[in-house]
Amino acid sequence: MSLDVQKLHKEFSGDDPQNGSTVALQDISFSAAKGSFISFIGPSGCGKTTMLRILSGLETATSGTVSINGVAVSSQWKYAGYVFQEYALFPWRTVIDNIAFGLDVRGVSRKERKERAMEFVEKFGLAGFEDKYPAALSGGMQQRVAIARTLINDPEIVLMDEPFGALDSQTRSLMQQFLLDVWQQSDKTVLFITHNIDEAVYLSQTVYGISSRPGTIGLTVPIDMPYPRDVTSDAFNNYRREILNFLDSQHRRT
Amino acid sequence: MEIFTGIRDLVLQGLPRGNTLVLHILYSLLRVACGFLLAVVTAVPLGIILGWSKSLRETVAPVVELFRPIPPLAWIPIAILWFGIGLKSAAFIIFLGCFFPILLSTISGVLSVERILVDAARTLGADDRDVFVKVLIPGATPSIYTGLRIGLGIGWMTLVAAEFTGVKSGYGLGYMIMTARDIQRPDLVVAGMAVIGLTGFLLDVLIRFFENRSLAWRK
Ligand SMILES: Nc1ncnc2c1ncn2[C@@H]1O[C@H](COP(=O)(O)OP(=O)(O)OP(=O)(O)O)[C@@H](O)[C@H]1O
Ligand SMILES: [Mg+2]
Repeated sequence: MSLDVQKLHKEFSGDDPQNGSTVALQDISFSAAKGSFISFIGPSGCGKTTMLRILSGLETATSGTVSINGVAVSSQWKYAGYVFQEYALFPWRTVIDNIAFGLDVRGVSRKERKERAMEFVEKFGLAGFEDKYPAALSGGMQQRVAIARTLINDPEIVLMDEPFGALDSQTRSLMQQFLLDVWQQSDKTVLFITHNIDEAVYLSQTVYGISSRPGTIGLTVPIDMPYPRDVTSDAFNNYRREILNFLDSQHRRT
Repeated sequence: MEIFTGIRDLVLQGLPRGNTLVLHILYSLLRVACGFLLAVVTAVPLGIILGWSKSLRETVAPVVELFRPIPPLAWIPIAILWFGIGLKSAAFIIFLGCFFPILLSTISGVLSVERILVDAARTLGADDRDVFVKVLIPGATPSIYTGLRIGLGIGWMTLVAAEFTGVKSGYGLGYMIMTARDIQRPDLVVAGMAVIGLTGFLLDVLIRFFENRSLAWRK
């Protein structure tokens, strides 16, 4: 399914009227074809999280439209899964019960939940940990649980907000590889937020640069390289430089 | 030493004669159980709703703060007017003693649940009811248990004091102690106090047992 975002605008009024309001997003427009991998990169506070929260239905836009296959959707829609930077696992649920949460709220029977969740446990390299609580897991494993928990619902669009930001660089590159594998075996559309230029270029088909407040799309870079990408190649370096220049100009602006 | 002989007399002969210790304990426990359970089934759901809704919380909070400082024992006269002397008024007094600590810990437990867990549940397809049952309640459970322990402790203390002022049936640990005082038997008074302390302790052990069983994830 294709996603089309037109002139998304978000203004936070704030609790204190004296302080005025914050315009977090202004005129965000982009589209994503079915099965594409798109990254967003931009300075802190430019509204990336706000944008994903609107796309997930957790927040409503002040104005603008989000359409799926050309049809505008209301704020509460059910096509998107969300992976949080903080993992956001339920600490009182075991790994398998965390993964099965979406099935649980859909009323799938206990037996079927267990079977389906167990498939994800194996596929995500969590076998042997299914009965552990999240606190007993490493960061990389917790994030795999979080991704499995989102994907078991089979969302057509996967929103990921700096999912690997808290991981060490080695775990991070393993997880990037893992995510690419999962994405390539599916037809899911991934919208991925990162602060890391290499990560954006390594993973995505298109990188959007978001300018600082108010957030708007200031750069579009289609990455025309086959997977798996060689991070030491000239082509990779050129993309890297282009994005770096954009981010530098944003920092100078603020 | 006298305490042990005192306890032995209480167990075997009873005070007044025939009303043995076991029966006193059972009557006291029954009153506490009624008041405590009533408090649990009202304070926990109310606490979860108040923790959830800021506007309701701000409306109800002044009322709660007005009633909370009134000692449960100060309610005895009105309880007797409303319910007469008996199990109902005893349970009502205990209920008042247990209610506020359970309510306040439940509210603070819900407030301590990270927003992002609610967001995660929503994006995974949870409706309001799922959020209540599968996120807010389990997330607030550690704090609720703290409230249950404090509430039951206060309820137990309140009960024994309430029984001082008279019970119709002639049973109850507080009643037993007052009887011992009336017949000038300090050994039985002290023995009664020891039993009260021990029973209160065992009640807490019981709650902690359930707490550890249902909160295995915290370790
Ligand atoms: N609920 C809110 N109420 C008021 N202002 C908000 C709210 N949420 C976000 N903002 C403001 O909107 C702007 C964008 O925030 P957002 O979290 O989307 O940025 P971000 O790009 O995700 O930043 P980071 O890279 O640090 O995660 C910030 O100025 C922030 O203070
Ligand atoms: Mg953010």
